[in-house]
Amino acid sequence: MSDQIKEINVRYYALLREERGCPSETIKTNAQTPLELYTQLRQQYRFSLDINSLKVALNDAFYSWDSPLQDKDTVVFIPPVAGG
Amino acid sequence: MFQLSTTTLQCDELKRALIFAAVGAVVTFEGIVRNHNDGREVVALEYETYEDLAVGEAIKIFAQCRQQFNIFEAKCVHRIGKLSIGDVAVWVGVCASHREDAFKGCRYIIDEIKTRLPIWKKEYYTNGDSGWVNCKKII
Repeated sequence: MSDQIKEINVRYYALLREERGCPSETIKTNAQTPLELYTQLRQQYRFSLDINSLKVALNDAFYSWDSPLQDKDTVVFIPPVAGG
Repeated sequence: MFQLSTTTLQCDELKRALIFAAVGAVVTFEGIVRNHNDGREVVALEYETYEDLAVGEAIKIFAQCRQQFNIFEAKCVHRIGKLSIGDVAVWVGVCASHREDAFKGCRYIIDEIKTRLPIWKKEYYTNGDSGWVNCKKII
């Protein structure tokens, strides 16, 4: 079960959106956590931001990097913010 | 109450809504687009947000402000999209019976908004470069 493939909706904002070249995509992955997922995506798309400068949101709320991913989750990796 | 806006902020109207009979102090803050940052000449800004998360986080900030300070109402409106030098990028207003809570509440809200809300700022420079603030990469 641990290697079960999940469908994860990933949305990108700001620098990550530009580096990925699109605002969102659905990814089939065996990643168990947002940390594993970002590690895979960073290797694939060569994102410039490392994990220490990002936060992660699951289904429109902040979560920890080791939260379990569920099928159909929406994941957003949050680049450094700069409101105001 | 938190709102995102793609149009020019009507600061006088926003302030008037915070004045009623019990109010003895209104403190407002306006963040303005300036023409320089980190030694570079800026010609324009662009704000982008993850709206659902930003609104949810703002609700928490306002609740925490009310717990800490004795205020009547608080409001914040943040611009999204392309802005020019001199535009108001963010407006915060807090009303209370007395000035101390109004000052502290206003300061709390703008400080928390700047660090916690998923809002990103892209600067455009005079030489044609642009870059996302705090992301250490010029595109």
